[in-house]
Amino acid sequence: MKKTCALVIVTGLASLQAIQAGDISGTVTLKGTPPPEKEIPQIKEDPNCGKLHTEAVKTRFYVVGANSGLGDVFVTLKGVTGKSAGASAPPAVIDQKGCEYQPYVLAVQTGQKILVKNSDPVLHNIHPTPTAPGNKEENKAQMPNGPDLTFSFPSPETFLRVKCDVHPWMFAYLCVVDSPYIAVTDKDGKYTIKDVPDGKYTMEFYHRKAAPTSAPVTADVEVKGGAVTKDVALEAK
Amino acid sequence: MSRWIEAQIPEPRSFQISAASPVSPWLHRFAVFTAISTLGLIIIGGLVTSHGAGMAVPDWPNSYGYTMFAFPFSKWRVGGILYEHSHRLVATFVGLLTAVLTLWLWVRETRGRGRWLGVGAIVMVLGLMGIRALPVYITLACLALVVGGFSLYQIKNNFAALRWWGALAFAAVILQGVLGGLRVVWLKDQIGIFHAALAQMFFALTCLIALFTSRWGRGLGVEEKRENRQRTDAIQNVFAWLLPATALLIFAQLILGATMRHQHAGLAIPDFPLAYGKVWPSMDAASVTHYNQQRQEITAVNPITAIQIGLQMAHRIMALLICGAVAFCAWSARRKLGASHPVSKLTLAWFGLILTQALLGAATIWSDKAADVATAHVMVSAMALALGAIVSIVASRSLVLARGVPAAEAQVLSPFGLQPSAHTGLK
Repeated sequence: MKKTCALVIVTGLASLQAIQAGDISGTVTLKGTPPPEKEIPQIKEDPNCGKLHTEAVKTRFYVVGANSGLGDVFVTLKGVTGKSAGASAPPAVIDQKGCEYQPYVLAVQTGQKILVKNSDPVLHNIHPTPTAPGNKEENKAQMPNGPDLTFSFPSPETFLRVKCDVHPWMFAYLCVVDSPYIAVTDKDGKYTIKDVPDGKYTMEFYHRKAAPTSAPVTADVEVKGGAVTKDVALEAK
Repeated sequence: MSRWIEAQIPEPRSFQISAASPVSPWLHRFAVFTAISTLGLIIIGGLVTSHGAGMAVPDWPNSYGYTMFAFPFSKWRVGGILYEHSHRLVATFVGLLTAVLTLWLWVRETRGRGRWLGVGAIVMVLGLMGIRALPVYITLACLALVVGGFSLYQIKNNFAALRWWGALAFAAVILQGVLGGLRVVWLKDQIGIFHAALAQMFFALTCLIALFTSRWGRGLGVEEKRENRQRTDAIQNVFAWLLPATALLIFAQLILGATMRHQHAGLAIPDFPLAYGKVWPSMDAASVTHYNQQRQEITAVNPITAIQIGLQMAHRIMALLICGAVAFCAWSARRKLGASHPVSKLTLAWFGLILTQALLGAATIWSDKAADVATAHVMVSAMALALGAIVSIVASRSLVLARGVPAAEAQVLSPFGLQPSAHTGLK
């Protein structure tokens, strides 16, 4: 009897916990016409990287998909700190394919392991250039199809650049946050932040060009016992 | 301290070979070759920065774990590694040339213990460089600063002692090599600014050594008749400060340029002669944010900041000042000394070089900082500084041939107050 009661109480509490969090999802769209992407001629001119592409490679400043959905927008909750899962979070992965970093923008938690793969048949070096105090600059070589390299950053930083000095057109950005409530929009502008505890939040939307670190777009949202949708529009600059 | 050092390297005047002893033409040719090689090194170094390849080889003094000279050629041809590794190899070559030049200059001017102490020191430094350990390199760099300072002191007291010019060059090249390596292993962009500035100074130094070992350089100078000396002194006083001051302006411009380049922010102002469409660009935070949002960077450049915009504007203003200053030097020399005087010819060449440099600066912006154009701009800046140093020295160490004094009536002295030579021409 006592055991049954305890089981009921625990299950009830768990259900209550589940009800007290929800996902925030939505779509980020782009208003206005962005400048056309520029071709990167250096890739085709490089004897090693040129072989990996049949078409011209272009910049990725504005990745606009279906229905003006804008990709590579970093989404987070303002002021939510100290919740990072750190090294216990599953590793985030960034790959080097076709002499380009994939993805271009990656959201990670402070202390989370970042695995850098080299799927290219050519040497790269991985050179994070952080600016936030506590984040260490490094420069490591990675042989073709070589073992993964590991990085992690203890301090929050938006758009921490990672570059390859062997191939100067190669660069990507890490958005390091001290919480697990982060997302990056996909190519159609869609995002989901999972398991956000109930409450009122201010969301921040960062984009390298449309909403830079100094001028993010914000939106208020309330999570109350379930999923919530928040769509936002950014303006092309 | 300097007295203690001098006591360890006893060079009483009785041991000093007369500086009037003829310079071997081969020594001069070697000095010229060293200077030309240094210019080649500056070009390759410029290409490294212009291609953003400064960190393409993450380790030093090895290259991807290989000893520098054993790095497989197949691995060179990967992106920016070609520029960076070539730069290291040519730098080593220039270092060796400098060591040989220094030994040569030292040996020809010394005897006995002084000679062998100097030779031993140079050989020991070369041996220590082979140890390839960071603490050794840092120690050698610190010693190079001391030796460089001491060499400058010796040059001040005895301008004609070419062995001290050689010692200064050797100290500079050691320091330069270590600075380049530390920039890589310490991941410090700021060291690149010192590395770039010292490179330009070192090139000027090698050019001066080439000048001093030349027949022309040693045959400069005409002692005037007494009645012309007053006018000559007045003329000399103008050039005694005007030419070095202009050369210093150029050096300050080089520092500005090096600081700009080593921000690794690409073009802080993308248009010329206007700046973001204005005579003076907006530099407030909102405008700078807008500039960064509008920019479509193809390579991994740092964001533009207001300071970088300010640096570029300062660079443009300084360029105008330098054009004016060098033009004035050329005009003054022509007017006071006549068109055929070496100083007049050199300052005219200097002005031509500055105009070329200004054009290359504009072309760097118009070409969106094309690597070859930007590198040419670096190369010509080195040549402009070197020529400024040469013309300053030539003007200060030679007396002016007053107009109307036939050459046959003049007694010729070399620029270092040495014994007269038979050379009477100023051409």
